[in-house]
Amino acid sequence: MTNFIRLDAVGMGMGRVGIELKQFFRDRESAVFNFLLPMILLVIFGSVFGEQDLGDSDITFSQYFVAGMIASGILYTSFQNLAISIPMEREDGTLKRLQGTPMPPAAFFIGKIGMVFVAYIAQVTILIAVGVLFFDIDIPTTSFAIFTFIWISILGLIATTLLGIAYSVVPKQGRGAAALVSPVVLVLQFTSGVFFVFTDLPQWMQSFASLFPLKWLAQGMRSVFLPESAAAMEVNGSWELGLTAVVLVVWIALGALLATLFFRWAPRGEN
Amino acid sequence: MGGTHVIDAHQVVKNYGEFSALAGVSVHVDAGECLALLGPNGAGKTTLTEILEGYRTRDGGKVEVLGVDPSKPTGAWRSKLGIVLQNASDLADLTVTETITHFARYYPNPADPEQVIAAVGLTEKAASRNGKLSGGQRRRLDVALGIIGNPEVLFLDEPTTGFDPEARREFWVLIDRLKLEGTTILLTTHYLDEAQYLADRVAVIARGQIVAHGTPDSIGHRGDAIVTWSEGKREMSESTTEPTAFVAALASKFNGEIPHLRVRRASLEDAYLELIAQDRDIHVGEQ
Repeated sequence: MTNFIRLDAVGMGMGRVGIELKQFFRDRESAVFNFLLPMILLVIFGSVFGEQDLGDSDITFSQYFVAGMIASGILYTSFQNLAISIPMEREDGTLKRLQGTPMPPAAFFIGKIGMVFVAYIAQVTILIAVGVLFFDIDIPTTSFAIFTFIWISILGLIATTLLGIAYSVVPKQGRGAAALVSPVVLVLQFTSGVFFVFTDLPQWMQSFASLFPLKWLAQGMRSVFLPESAAAMEVNGSWELGLTAVVLVVWIALGALLATLFFRWAPRGEN
Repeated sequence: MGGTHVIDAHQVVKNYGEFSALAGVSVHVDAGECLALLGPNGAGKTTLTEILEGYRTRDGGKVEVLGVDPSKPTGAWRSKLGIVLQNASDLADLTVTETITHFARYYPNPADPEQVIAAVGLTEKAASRNGKLSGGQRRRLDVALGIIGNPEVLFLDEPTTGFDPEARREFWVLIDRLKLEGTTILLTTHYLDEAQYLADRVAVIARGQIVAHGTPDSIGHRGDAIVTWSEGKREMSESTTEPTAFVAALASKFNGEIPHLRVRRASLEDAYLELIAQDRDIHVGEQ
């Protein structure tokens, strides 16, 4: 009797992916805030600054910005999405109801991770389509660039999903969750070379951003979307892909530890 | 603990800091039986229920539900439980059918989703988003989620809040049918007619202690009759064990017809209110 449930965790988790996606896209706030925001920002920034070239290069700002928006999209669909929605689910009884069923807890997390991956794939597809159609973005064709894109996306999504699950204990109430989550995302975006060219930022800001995943995700995505020659414009004159992998793996380990230690099903004080 | 009761709680203690939420509560429910927990808000009903459901920890006493300590829940144990929590507002963006069909997947031996939706009277709303349901319809969805797994034990925490009288009757019939099928039920309610109709036994809880328990017909001073009449513009009322003699005395006092005479047996509500009032008086006296 116990075994059938454990074996079924993956199946139930897959079932939860569908349910999670339905809720993600049907909730208008979440669909705009976590899914459409990068497209909206790309259209605005692309329309205003898109034609400008970076420094002496012939790389357009749009080309630079699309890499940053894809990296931000990783953070939106995972960290921002989960760190806001899980406190709301804790408050409205979703988590309590699930806890009262025989659903294995693993199925819940499989559902969240699956939702994040599907939402991200859809988001990146639309983002690139908008970039190509309206802002003349070049898309990578080398297998190395595509391989880089895939592993950075996967490691980035896992790290930021775990961090989102861990951070979901910070907001005490569902209602105010967004106010405690989006400033974190915004600060990281401003300091990690998403809205501004990273090397134009003050030294202390660069050092600060280097502690967190977004700087490395954005840099990795630039290695995918910018020509090889642009590596010379990076801080150390290189894309630092090896170091990026190390930083992301460290954040995955840290995220897993924090999520395991701090995740809770019940609101504070209810036990 | 003979291990024969489906729900068996013995001297359960639960403290929140200085506040004693449960001060040694013992209740048991046998297979196929319905026990109603009655008591004012804050008396400890939900705390006790949630300890039995495995949501909350306890600070003392022994508890078994289907032979398992709820503080160590397993998936197999949970699959035999049905839980209807108080006022839920989750799952707003899914439809009724999506919700019930999805939750059926969690159980090894679920009921047919379509039949469950019909049983709670939501067939017409099956394609509606849960967030668009009225209060009473939303509560029926919660009940549907509680019974989709064909539970052996069903916990109902104020299940009919927001129901209109007709919906409440329909709900009672549904619960009656589950009882006939052998489901063991722990009901928490503020509606004493509901407890009277559904419960085999009731337990009254106040200030974290059981102050009375028995069948709905025997609890408190249910043997008493209540005589009411008018004297001028005043409503008079008297509780008595000898209503015939009392009315005869009244009749001679009025020398014939007694204005607005009514004789009825004390209801569960009368008995309940008296018990709660007694409990309050005792505690006021202590202070």
